[in-house]
Amino acid sequence: MSALSVSLRLILSGDPDLWEIILLSLRVSLFAVLIAALIGMPLGAALAVGRFPGRQVLLVLLNALMGLPPVVVGLVVYLMLSNAGPLGVLQLLYTPTAMIIAQVLLVTPIIAALTRQAVETLNEEYADQLRSLGLSRLGSVPTLLWDGRFALMTALLAGFGRAIAEVGAVIIVGGNINHVTRVMTTTIALETSKGNLSLALALGLILILIALSVNAAVALLGTTAQRTAYV
Amino acid sequence: MRFLRSLAIALAAMVGLTGAAAAEAPFIIVQSTTSTQNSGLLDAILPQFTEKTGIEVRVVAVGTGQAIKNARNGDGDVLLVHAKPSEEAFVTEGYGVERFDVMYNDFVVVGPASDPAGVAGMTDAVAALRRIAETEAPFASRGDDSGTHKAELRLWDAAGIDAAAASGGWYRETGSGMGATLNLGAAMGAYVLSDRATWISFGNKGDHRVLVDGDTRLFNQYGVILVNPEKHPNVKAAEGQTFVDWLIGTEGQAAIAAYKVDDQQLFFPNAD
Repeated sequence: MSALSVSLRLILSGDPDLWEIILLSLRVSLFAVLIAALIGMPLGAALAVGRFPGRQVLLVLLNALMGLPPVVVGLVVYLMLSNAGPLGVLQLLYTPTAMIIAQVLLVTPIIAALTRQAVETLNEEYADQLRSLGLSRLGSVPTLLWDGRFALMTALLAGFGRAIAEVGAVIIVGGNINHVTRVMTTTIALETSKGNLSLALALGLILILIALSVNAAVALLGTTAQRTAYV
Repeated sequence: MRFLRSLAIALAAMVGLTGAAAAEAPFIIVQSTTSTQNSGLLDAILPQFTEKTGIEVRVVAVGTGQAIKNARNGDGDVLLVHAKPSEEAFVTEGYGVERFDVMYNDFVVVGPASDPAGVAGMTDAVAALRRIAETEAPFASRGDDSGTHKAELRLWDAAGIDAAAASGGWYRETGSGMGATLNLGAAMGAYVLSDRATWISFGNKGDHRVLVDGDTRLFNQYGVILVNPEKHPNVKAAEGQTFVDWLIGTEGQAAIAAYKVDDQQLFFPNAD
């Protein structure tokens, strides 16, 4: 109960530090999902329509990658971006960009695998029709993606859910630096370690609220768009 | 590799919140320990430094062991930690320029009010740990190669007890930070060795309290080191040196002494 009242008070107070943290969380995770979608959707669709040796192995691999442990991804990205690593010269470690890179790696397999699933179903239904229109397998990808756009929203939301909720990767590559790379999940981890459990829980409630708002916004957009599409 | 690199650059440019954007305001990265951050010390003193010099200080707070490893990789300009032997090794191996004493406080053994091992009021920390081991009362260890963990291991060593042999039994290695270990200790009624600063500012004490303190072997010294720019050319030597000088100078030392939680001074400046 105290966590609930603390979170309400935090939201209502309009605390600038809290808003900074919330906005950075959204910026990092939304951007990561955007990039992951640009990579994962075409990849997933291509895997859905393509027929080539080793495809089955790739599908299993892709599905397994959905369960990539964030802390391992964080460690790998840290080793790449560290000044002792191959990409150290970019000076990206402990920046929001590093966090985005880590989240892209986590989210891309999720979006690709769910896209593959959705597009494959559509393809089974429409393959003959698409072929009769003279479209090749790969040429039909844009049409299939567009047709499956509402199902693909779920893929995006699943990716966003993963990104906004994970702490293991961003705390390693971001360093949880105040006003620079501190996001909701790393703040919750920090407050827990300070023993401020009700504040940590309050921040957790706010994080859930953010995820809920994003999902509600997408659902609303989806319904509106669907209605227009069928008028 | 080239693709990765260009993707990363494109990303950085698109987001526009990295290096280039931040380059206008000079900043340094300080690899430090959870105790200096969780106690609120750095939040209290760093703004004074930034106001004076215009240099922003970005703190990465991890265990001392990890902080030293990160600094060894060149992922920081200044190291502010508390494990003197490891710090000296860091300098000897050429990763740091020079080590300076900054401040000290002490470690305390906290435990449940019921005190099953009966160590309350003891001032001999080694004897107290021996008694905990003999009664097999639960003890939660950091187990993370942090400064506090190293200090704890030295005490077990002095007591002639191989605590690691009891790991999983009465001796629990959490492998996490001071706060997480204190949370666990409070929940399972275990004894914990903590630095006093983290303990005083800790918000979830439960019925735990300080049972053992006052042993000279519980002394906890913090040191500061500029990461060697000859090892890592990316190190911002000038800004880093400015910070080291400020921290061990009159103003930094006064700022450390002035920081109090619940009217208690948490760190005692002792730079030469």
